[in-house]
Amino acid sequence: MAQKQVIDVRGAFCPGPLMELIANIKLAGVGDDLEVLSTDKGSATDIPAWVKKVGHQLVSSSEDAGVWHIVVRKAK
Amino acid sequence: MDAPPKISIIVVSGSHERLQMAAMVASVAAVSGNQVSVFVSMNALGYFRRSPESTPPAEGEFGRVMAQKKVPKFKDLFAQAVELGDAKVFPCSMAMDVLALKPGDLEPYLAEPIGLTAFLIDAADSQAWTF
Repeated sequence: MAQKQVIDVRGAFCPGPLMELIANIKLAGVGDDLEVLSTDKGSATDIPAWVKKVGHQLVSSSEDAGVWHIVVRKAK
Repeated sequence: MDAPPKISIIVVSGSHERLQMAAMVASVAAVSGNQVSVFVSMNALGYFRRSPESTPPAEGEFGRVMAQKKVPKFKDLFAQAVELGDAKVFPCSMAMDVLALKPGDLEPYLAEPIGLTAFLIDAADSQAWTF
C-alpha cells in the first residue's frame, strides 16, 4: 500500500531540503508520496527540476504563508 | 544507455565560502545524474581530517552571515554526494605527503589518494570546476 510521509525542513537552506528528500526517497517504496515542507525559495524550483531530471513524479507544489508544500511521488 | 556526464572539481581553498560552494556543486551534481570526481588539495585537505573538527574561516561577509544560519555543513554535503549520488572525493597524494597524513586520518567517505596525473586523465572528457 502506498505510504505518505512528510519531510519538514522548514528553516533549512539550500541544498538541505533537496538532500533530505533524496535520502528519504531512496528508502521509500515505488508509489509512495513524500511531502516536503520548506521555507527555502530556491528549493521550490530546484526540487521540481530534480524530480523531472531523474524521472519521479511531481504531484503538487503550493505555497502557504511562506512555506512551500511540494509533493513528490517515487516513480521508480 | 549513454554514460553519464562527468564533472570534475578541484578544491584547494580553505575558506568556508569556497568549501561550501564546492560541496554544493558536488552534491547537487552527484544526485542529478552526473558522475562527479572531486580532487582535494592544499588548504582544503586539512578540513577533511576526522579530528580535530575544525571550521574553515569566512573569507568575507557572506561567510560570516552563513555561519549564523542553518546551512548544511560542507562535510555533510560531500558525504551525501558520495552516499546518495555518484561521486568520489579523492585526497591529493602530494598534499597528504606534505601534511604527513594517512588515509585513516581522513573522513571515511573519501576515496583512495591519487595524484594529478590520474585525476587529469579522468577529467579529460568532463566539465571542470575549481575552488
